[in-house]
Amino acid sequence: MPLSFYILAAVTVISALAAMSLRNLVHCALCLALSFLGMAGLFLHMNAGFVAFAQILVYVGAVAILIVFAILLTRSAEPARSPRASSLAFSIPLALVVGAILINAISSTNLPFSANPANAPTVRELGHALMTTHVIPLEVIGLLLTVALLGAIVIALPEQTSSAQKGAVKS
Amino acid sequence: MTWNAETIFADLKREILALVSPDNQPVVSVLLSIAPLLAVFPTLFALTTILERKGLGRIQNRYGPNRVGPFGLLQPVADGLKTLFKETVQPRAADRVVFFLAPVFLVLPALLAFSVIPYGKYMVPLEMDAALLFFFAVGAGTELAVFMAGWASRNKYSLLGAMRAVAQMISYEIPLILCTVPVIMLSGTLSPVEIVENQNRYTAAIAHWNVFTPWGAAGFILFLIAAAAEANRSPFDLPEGESEIIAGYYIEYSGFKFALFFLGEYLGLFAMCGLGITLFLGGWTAPFDFLTFIPSYVWFFLKLLALISLFIWVRGTMPRVRMDQLMNFAWKFMLPMAVINIVAAAAWKFTPILGFKWAVSGVIILAGYISLAQGLTRKAHFSKRTYRFAT
Amino acid sequence: MNPLHAFLTVSAILFAIGFAGVVTRRNAIVVLMGIELMLNAANLNFIAFWKYGAVPNVDGYIFVLFSIAIAAAESAVGLALVILIYRHFKSANLDDANRLRG
Repeated sequence: MPLSFYILAAVTVISALAAMSLRNLVHCALCLALSFLGMAGLFLHMNAGFVAFAQILVYVGAVAILIVFAILLTRSAEPARSPRASSLAFSIPLALVVGAILINAISSTNLPFSANPANAPTVRELGHALMTTHVIPLEVIGLLLTVALLGAIVIALPEQTSSAQKGAVKS
Repeated sequence: MTWNAETIFADLKREILALVSPDNQPVVSVLLSIAPLLAVFPTLFALTTILERKGLGRIQNRYGPNRVGPFGLLQPVADGLKTLFKETVQPRAADRVVFFLAPVFLVLPALLAFSVIPYGKYMVPLEMDAALLFFFAVGAGTELAVFMAGWASRNKYSLLGAMRAVAQMISYEIPLILCTVPVIMLSGTLSPVEIVENQNRYTAAIAHWNVFTPWGAAGFILFLIAAAAEANRSPFDLPEGESEIIAGYYIEYSGFKFALFFLGEYLGLFAMCGLGITLFLGGWTAPFDFLTFIPSYVWFFLKLLALISLFIWVRGTMPRVRMDQLMNFAWKFMLPMAVINIVAAAAWKFTPILGFKWAVSGVIILAGYISLAQGLTRKAHFSKRTYRFAT
Repeated sequence: MNPLHAFLTVSAILFAIGFAGVVTRRNAIVVLMGIELMLNAANLNFIAFWKYGAVPNVDGYIFVLFSIAIAAAESAVGLALVILIYRHFKSANLDDANRLRG
């Protein structure tokens, strides 16, 4: 593997580790954004430009911003309470075991892989595939996004508590 | 070797490349593409500041800067030297790392965005298939940088400014992307080079720019509004409204970091203008076919200057909008109008005769505009304000 | 190490990190961030198999686009829920939201 892969992988993994372990939640969110960027770099490394840019647009441009807003709105910006020692003692080994099993499974399997890697589809091919073979998933995704948009608005809408406020809204 | 005004920069690059060894050619080629961008656009920024201050001065019936150099033309140099030598102050409570990184992450995406715009027939720094997606993806990075600046300063004004800026940028990013969709749809490509190539045709001496169609004109106006909001330009400059929250997210920045914020903002504006020119104003093409003897890059930069002047004019003319007006306008007018524009473009594509195209497409846009504008101007009901989070 | 194994290993490490975050942290937002990381690790797998998989097919590529859209919807609804929880329990910590009735 070329050096660029190791650099990108290191950036992604270290910033993900920081995102999950730092005290200050805003730092966590910024590290998470860096991790997303590193991931987009890994995608670019595999010549998947379209996915990489979509990743940056959605994750760094929307999800990270959303997370940051949620952190400020829930006043979680001040350093969080540390996790209980008992939960740490249980969950860190658990996560390590999960990681070890996954890596062991990957390295012990003889994965068949093609010698000549796939070429990135052009935007035209991609659009064609989305509009023909994958048109039903595409429509479902559109429906899902609409429902999620409406759902998020309805969930976060302030509850009407007093009758005075109800009157004010009606008039 | 004959020197042709049209290809002079491409020829120059080839001549220089021929001088280096083949091993180094890729690196040198990239550097030769980057260096002009780094030279031209900051210089243009300096020129724009003087143009803006002079122009605003004239609009407000005063002289503007006229002390440094002839007609005050050396004012940007004086400003640059001043910011370089100023002390950089950092608040004691500030988050040091994030505070330092914010201006860097603001300027970086703005510079990256320049790499996909075609400046001339033979002058495209980076050609790729999904270049428009790249442009918007890179632009999305600035929002996080703005937030970093506002939050790391540990100042309530800067945090307020940052929240305003981020909310505004997100709200206007959606119409901005949506109003480029008709162009992408009808050119059938995401590559700016091919989009410009598509507009490089002439009937009756007039160019086939996208702005000369109903959906193109509507899209261009929507694009300009959204671009002004994205770049925090007046009348959408609430994030830095001097009279309310002093300077928004960069109050605590001083010296060169402040200059970087200023630079990043203007570079973002230039990139937006460049994209607007590429999508709607025919990129580097000439408006009339008898004017094609003028080199293509001259046309591009003329259009860029014209758009920048337009933004300066708007800044000198329009009052700042209120926060609720801003959001209402984005979600109740810009977004549905951009969607209607897509429908109009589809109608343009699938109707047969030219006159018929104009009629159908124009009627859709006009009907949409009238109904949406009525919804926007309906009398607002005000009720007692309730604070949800500031209890 | 062949490229497929390399990418899958990175993805497995990321998944484990995200999993650790989800099970250890108490703040609901960090838990959501961990879920995003796990989703991202899955995306990396899809792209790696698309690029180096034995059967050449564009489906893996397109699946990632869908997955990104779903992640966006998931985070929007999830964060709206977190804000609702905060308003109700005056805290975004999952330990405090331990009652079934409001």
